[in-house]
Amino acid sequence: MSGQSGYNPTNPVEKWLDERLPILRFSKEHLMDFPTPKNINYWWTFGAILMFMLVIQIITGIVLAMHYTSDASLAFDSVEHIRRNVNYGRIIQGTHAVGASMFFFAVYMHIFRGLYYGSYKAPREIIWILGVLIFVLMMATSFMGYVLPWGQMSFWAATVITEIFAAVPVVGEPILVLLRGGFAVDNATLTRFFSLHYLLPFIILAVVILHIWALHVPGNNNPTGVEVKTSADTVPFHPYITMKDLFAVVVFLIPFAWFVFFAPDILGHPDNYIQANSQITPPHIVPEWYFLPFYAILRAIDFDMLFISSKLGGVIFFGGSIVILFFLPWLDGSKVRSGSYRPLFKPFYWLFVLNFLMLTYLGAQAAEGIFLLLSKVGTAYYFAYFLLVLPIVSRIETPNPLPASISESVLGNKGE
Amino acid sequence: MASDATSDITKRDFLYVATGAMGAVGAAAAVWPLIDQLNPDASVLALASIEFDLSTLSEGQSVTIKWRGLPMFVRYRTPEEIAQAKAVPLSDLKDPQTDAERVKEGHEQWLIMIANCTHLGCVPVGESGDFGGWFCPCHGSHYDTAGRIRKGPAPLNLIQPEYEFLSDTIVKIG
Ligand code: HEM
Ligand code: FES
Repeated sequence: MSGQSGYNPTNPVEKWLDERLPILRFSKEHLMDFPTPKNINYWWTFGAILMFMLVIQIITGIVLAMHYTSDASLAFDSVEHIRRNVNYGRIIQGTHAVGASMFFFAVYMHIFRGLYYGSYKAPREIIWILGVLIFVLMMATSFMGYVLPWGQMSFWAATVITEIFAAVPVVGEPILVLLRGGFAVDNATLTRFFSLHYLLPFIILAVVILHIWALHVPGNNNPTGVEVKTSADTVPFHPYITMKDLFAVVVFLIPFAWFVFFAPDILGHPDNYIQANSQITPPHIVPEWYFLPFYAILRAIDFDMLFISSKLGGVIFFGGSIVILFFLPWLDGSKVRSGSYRPLFKPFYWLFVLNFLMLTYLGAQAAEGIFLLLSKVGTAYYFAYFLLVLPIVSRIETPNPLPASISESVLGNKGE
Repeated sequence: MASDATSDITKRDFLYVATGAMGAVGAAAAVWPLIDQLNPDASVLALASIEFDLSTLSEGQSVTIKWRGLPMFVRYRTPEEIAQAKAVPLSDLKDPQTDAERVKEGHEQWLIMIANCTHLGCVPVGESGDFGGWFCPCHGSHYDTAGRIRKGPAPLNLIQPEYEFLSDTIVKIG
């Protein structure tokens, strides 16, 4: 699909370059002429939004690192210094902190798009797996970034999350000490987190490049899930998709800017404006909103299972809730990609979305009474969706008839 | 000729494997310092033992001190608290330990333990919870007046470090 090239250099300089480093040819084929299904909708713009967010985080992050001090006695004040003294620091720091939330909002949209339209199915398994890897790297990056301001939430998040590793039998305790660089979270922890927080976004960038490379082999999926058959089904990436993506980025920037300019702290926790104190835990610790569903799953396991303690059990379910995503392409056996043509799949999918939102809500509540009970129900459905619903539904369901081609679906809808 | 080739391949195989193995050992030796540097450094380990003067506390009081970067509870227990802890049958406990095992003989008013909840490490709040000991607000673990886990997700009693009484009022921790 990427084979046909519309690049025919006439200018002698371009010709000379093309024989040595065909970078212009590559750009023309992959960034301009790339054939893209003509029916993709706005859910397909989140990929471009994510690219944009990665660049925003890297640029603002590099600037913050010029003013930030990663020493436990100075870190908290240095972030305040950025916010109060550095020229435009208030906005740059706000953009980075709010940017992390916007980044996660976009990635959730992107993931749920894939779950609905079956974008993880053959031949796109590798694209999906690389995506899950990016998601894991993003979680690690933002977790370590959140520790850097060295407030109370930073400190206790670092303590609780590193402690998770101690649940591993036998080697857990040495691993914990190795991760922290001490017996407790302290200066050594902060400095290594800073180093890794600077590194990981560039690793993410590298994996994003692989993700897009893998995408450019089969090309994009689309809302019908029917593969491209002829060039009548596609439009060139530029200008059709570039302009649409740009428009989506502009719309996305509206709430982003609102947060940065009017409510930069609304997504954070007030306790993080108290400097870290290893002697006192804030009465109600909660992670950032984008970790809440997984935090709810961690806390839902408060009972021992056979020889597995509640602590280890919580960690297994927490890790499992993400690891299971890697296996999704092989759990859903349906040959029909798009959820739009799967009558039985659809209600279970929307229940999964609601369940995920419920877990997000529960992750922020105290782990007791009805909240704890609902967390258990939510955790059970989360896993059942992947391990029972998808494998069974894909075997018993009769999908609705698919359009013969993308063109037919587009023109057919018009004609009716 | 066929046998010649075989013996030749075997000899080469041996050389390949031996070279590869030496290479792997060398690479591992080079990587180890890069990993081990993550472990606690000499300045952290130098703080491994501290002495604390108990005469600064009166009955019913507790303090949180710092040992190896960890918060530590030192509590001067009241006779009622001790009696309450002793009265608990072992069968009620998730991590069975008698009160006597939690303290040093002759110093049973002193309860010394690491202040991190054995669940995920938050610092529990003193004199609270359903058992009059400690309550961890993070995920709701309750500890009794001997620091033993009674209810909630924590798997173990609050951990106790090595410690000894140098005199009636000086305790050495670590
Ligand atoms: C994947 C991209 C990234 C994500 C998701 C991310 C996330 C975060 C988060 C959540 C914080 C805490 C913000 C706060 O509460 O104030 C933070 C802080 C920080 N980040 Fe990043 N970051 C990313 C990329 C980068 C890069 C590339 C750099 C530097 C090269 C960087 C440097 C910093 C610095 C210096 C801080 C501390 C100052 C502050 O708290 O605002 N970040 N990051
Ligand atoms: S850390 Fe104490 S209950 Fe979880």
